[in-house]
Amino acid sequence: MDQLSGANRKVEAFPLCLRTIGLNDPASIKTYLSIGGYQQLKRILHKKIAPEILINEINISGLRGRGGAGFSTGLKWSFIKKNQEGTKYIVCNSDEGEPGTFKDRDIIKYNPHQIIEGMAIAAYIMGAQIGYNYIHGEIWDEYESFEKAIDEARAAGFLGKSIFKSNFNFDLHAFHGFGAYICGEETALIESIEGKKGQPRFKPPFPATHGIYGKPTNVNNTETYASIPWIIENGGAEFNELGVENSGGTKIFSISGHVKKPGNYEIPLGMPFSRLLKLAGGVWKGRSLKAVIPGGPSTALLPANIIMQTTMDYDGLSKAGSSLGAGSLIVMDDTTCMVATLKRLSYFFYEESCGQCTPCREGTGWVYRILKRIVEGKGSIKDLDLLTDVSKKISGRTICALGDAAAIPVISFIEHFRGEFDYFIRHGYSMIGRK
Amino acid sequence: MLTDNSIKKIKSELKKYPDNQRQSAVIASLQIVQAENGWLTNANISDVAEFLNMSEIAAMEVATFYNMFDLKSVGKYKISVCTNISCMLRNSDEIVIHLKEKLGINFNEITSDGKFCLKESECMGACDGAPLFLINNQKMHNHLTPEKVDQILKELK
Repeated sequence: MDQLSGANRKVEAFPLCLRTIGLNDPASIKTYLSIGGYQQLKRILHKKIAPEILINEINISGLRGRGGAGFSTGLKWSFIKKNQEGTKYIVCNSDEGEPGTFKDRDIIKYNPHQIIEGMAIAAYIMGAQIGYNYIHGEIWDEYESFEKAIDEARAAGFLGKSIFKSNFNFDLHAFHGFGAYICGEETALIESIEGKKGQPRFKPPFPATHGIYGKPTNVNNTETYASIPWIIENGGAEFNELGVENSGGTKIFSISGHVKKPGNYEIPLGMPFSRLLKLAGGVWKGRSLKAVIPGGPSTALLPANIIMQTTMDYDGLSKAGSSLGAGSLIVMDDTTCMVATLKRLSYFFYEESCGQCTPCREGTGWVYRILKRIVEGKGSIKDLDLLTDVSKKISGRTICALGDAAAIPVISFIEHFRGEFDYFIRHGYSMIGRK
Repeated sequence: MLTDNSIKKIKSELKKYPDNQRQSAVIASLQIVQAENGWLTNANISDVAEFLNMSEIAAMEVATFYNMFDLKSVGKYKISVCTNISCMLRNSDEIVIHLKEKLGINFNEITSDGKFCLKESECMGACDGAPLFLINNQKMHNHLTPEKVDQILKELK
């Protein structure tokens, strides 16, 4: 089964963003300092290391955006013109609303200072003066604890003016969202910081030139920023070698659903799914695996026989017909009704569509209504093609990726479990539990 | 009229943004007022808009866009139950049925004594603790069972 046991292949968890878990008072500045925290920021500022050298190191690391898009972090940071006059912003996107995703919450909860140091280094590289961490509305305790971490860092002189007695000034603030999945989209998030409805902006112009208040702005995921201090400390090559080709480093996988031990597992990229499933205790109640959504509902569902042969990295999941997304694995056992599950996911996209683009606003509601009538036993066999047709017509016709995301579960659920949908429509009830 | 307590907290939020960008604090300000009042009246929204020098309609757009704002009374305790996929797989349906029976209300209704309101909610980003609910937008309870729900309800005075 494990064909990938090469010399470099680590087979167990590798805490990097979550490395303070297990230490006493993990979120405190004292604990972070005890593991060498803020020393990379200090070294960079004292030695006046050129931003180009740091970007090069990040390029070598192979770090890709951990929020779902997987875009090269080094490349993204090179889009901000560092010598441009005026205010520049960096934003940490902790608006974790993709169902099944809860990794950024744990970084904030257990290791907030690594985010702060990563953001300060990013600000130095891109010449930004102000940062915001946009935190998901439903996690109030984490918002408050991040505010506390900012206060600690400011009091210690790691945020504010003349950091480490250099000429580098950077301040950071926490922003508390209030229940809008769409604000995880970077331009919707920027609108939200400006005090508006979170409706995505048309791109171009991109945030790198026109972001918050029209100023150059860089938005990255929490895990991305939190990886930076480790990369700068240990070198890009060492980070890269932890993973596999095109998927450097480690990644936190949030595992939920039908496993014995739901939770966050930070592992080297490239680990076979079967091994990761074992880390999470395997499928619960002695049942067998039916399917997995590997990266959150905006990534395609994979049935057990495919995911069991797949490695957890960008290329591995892409070859399997899905993608890594935010690393949010939703595991389903053999008692799961795919029709009812898809109906719930469709309701989510309908509920969270911001309403700006007609194909998404109308299409997500249409898809939900079709699935609702199927579940109520009133479906017709033509509905299956209609579902696929409507979904394909949302995809690619909207300003942001929510439209595409809404289409993916519909298409992949029907592709892999068409027989189950067919049965439901013909009989008016699920084949699950009635065998 | 905004209370002194609200004004103090809103002023502290305003420090996060440039002086000419007071509107950036609108989401935080509405949260502050809602936490104090339980829900947002039109007058609350208009007071916040005035304090931030923004149009009332722009503040109303924000209040109606973000799911956690309540424009109607939600009783003393708003219970927002996540029913999204990860909670659904861990039997959130059982929790919902139990809550509805126990409280004698459906989603978006308030108990006759004005104490509890039940809301269906989307993913809260804490799925390792599924099934779960959130009380008054802040206090999360996870790994719920009907017995645990009974205990939590009993403790909410």
